[in-house]
Amino acid sequence: MAANKIHAIYTDDDLLLQAVKQTHSKEYEISEVYTPFPVHGLDEAMGLKPTRLAITAFLYGLVGLSLAVWMMNYMMIMDWPQNIGGKPSFSFHQNMPAFIPIMFEMTVFFAGHLMVITFYMRSRLWPFKKAENPDIRTTDDRFLMEIEVADHNVDELAKFLYDTGASEISLIKNEEDI
Amino acid sequence: MYTLPSKLKLFSIILVAIGLVGIVYGFLSTPKTVDDVQHIIEEHQAHRAANNSATADFIDRARGEEGFSDRSLQESQDFAYNDGSLEHAEHVLHQLQARPWSATFTAAFFFMMLALGVLVFYAIQYVAKAGWSPGLYRIMEGITNYLLPGSIIVLLIVIFAGTNFFPWLNDDLVAEDKYLQIKSAYLNMPFFVIRGIIYVAGWNLYRYIARRNSLNQADALNFDFYRKNYNISVIFLAFFFITEAFMAMDWFMSMTPHWFSTLFPWYVFASMFVTAITALTLITIYLRSIGLVPFISNKHLHDLAKYIFAFSIFWTYLWFSQFMLIWYANIPEEAAYFTIRVQEYGTLFFGMLIFNFVFPLLILMNSDFKRIPWLIVITGIFVLIGHYVDIYLLIMPSTVGAHYYFGIPEIGAILFFLGLFILLVGIGLGQTSLDPGNDPYIKESKNYHF
Repeated sequence: MAANKIHAIYTDDDLLLQAVKQTHSKEYEISEVYTPFPVHGLDEAMGLKPTRLAITAFLYGLVGLSLAVWMMNYMMIMDWPQNIGGKPSFSFHQNMPAFIPIMFEMTVFFAGHLMVITFYMRSRLWPFKKAENPDIRTTDDRFLMEIEVADHNVDELAKFLYDTGASEISLIKNEEDI
Repeated sequence: MYTLPSKLKLFSIILVAIGLVGIVYGFLSTPKTVDDVQHIIEEHQAHRAANNSATADFIDRARGEEGFSDRSLQESQDFAYNDGSLEHAEHVLHQLQARPWSATFTAAFFFMMLALGVLVFYAIQYVAKAGWSPGLYRIMEGITNYLLPGSIIVLLIVIFAGTNFFPWLNDDLVAEDKYLQIKSAYLNMPFFVIRGIIYVAGWNLYRYIARRNSLNQADALNFDFYRKNYNISVIFLAFFFITEAFMAMDWFMSMTPHWFSTLFPWYVFASMFVTAITALTLITIYLRSIGLVPFISNKHLHDLAKYIFAFSIFWTYLWFSQFMLIWYANIPEEAAYFTIRVQEYGTLFFGMLIFNFVFPLLILMNSDFKRIPWLIVITGIFVLIGHYVDIYLLIMPSTVGAHYYFGIPEIGAILFFLGLFILLVGIGLGQTSLDPGNDPYIKESKNYHF
């Protein structure tokens, strides 16, 4: 019983947003919403916390920057000082302007790539993964809201969802529980 | 509807009066004769010896002959070793006399570019058909009210400064300098004045027409005035980006007529744009805090702060691109520009990077911080100070060389133009309602949300 879900399908993004707001304010638990395109303000209406991806990007950027500083110092100053265009090659700070493009590129490279990889891991996505989509119409023109039934009365919940404007309401029973 | 509070009005008039006294003092206190200068040089030398600073002797002596590069480095040499000759003293006299001009020009241009940059931002909003910003149109128009007097003052300064700024006006110098003779086809006084008048007239003409159309649009029943504004904004932007490039070359780059950089006009523009948006943001925050623009939400502030953030980085990008290429190639006539700035203005030159880059980068990187007014105000004030230093460094090393101070002429000029700016922008904001009325995108702007 505990894992039963209700799928409510809407035909319009504004209607969906309205329904999500009402459902959220009634303290029903929305486990997921499937939409064909990103709906503006949906994350806020669902009560999702702001993403922490930006913080990881900043940290990855710092890693890239530090690595670039270390790398250029090791290659161009410590291991094999080279005279390029008569620039001073025996101290890091005197040669630094030449290294700044590399520092910048490494910062961007690390922040960008590691952020994408983090995003995939956090969203549990990987190549050849089978799509977790309960209804194929959500890739076309339907919007699907998935609500945890928990210990609510199914009929009451269905009635409530009908009032929010859902065009289809279906109860999904978890197979393992039966 | 905004009215300039009488106390603020009085305050700005006092600023203008005090500033004027400072500027006049600056002009009157410059040394008049070579004897005065000899005195100053002796003191300067004593000070220099006490500090035991390194000399700027970087002439290629191996070649054993004087070339154009030597001449372009002349200015940098002069402060380093002084034989007490009359020629040197005359040179220093010339630099000291250029100082009040430079101080006035720095502040005059700084405040003029606030208004000009806001005007460009305004035109960009029209051309982009931006939906978020029409709520800010009246504020932008209020700020550009300063443009007409501000730009005329700047134009008068560059015209009357003469050889204080522009060595190519010195006939004796041109006579013995092949480069300047070639360049005199472009760098000559009549053409210089004509160009300056074209720039200033064009900018002000656009401001006048756009403002008139915008006011008419407020009560109009159709969008004809809006379409007119769109069309002239497109034309203005094309006109502006050409004239801005030549303006930067004429008024700044030709102070060191041997030196050139193709990136320089955009560098000046980046400085102009980021300062202008900062000023716009600060004035918007002020008007919002006294409750006159209830339709401006923190979403609008967020967008303005994004612009400050992005264009601070853009400015740094151009600053560094110009610096690194010249530093790396190390060709003497190119490097002369940075040699004097690093050796004589080192602290300011690198210090402004903290104000103009590190500070906005770290503070405004966080998305939430872009919506906190007091954080934006603090960052904005730092950016304004940093870019004043930036303009100072465009002008001072080229005109007064090593003999720079930050004293009464500079402070007086800042106070004078700040007072004038407050007064005229206050009057401009108070001319009409701050709500743009029947603009086609005003509803989108008022409901702006993301």
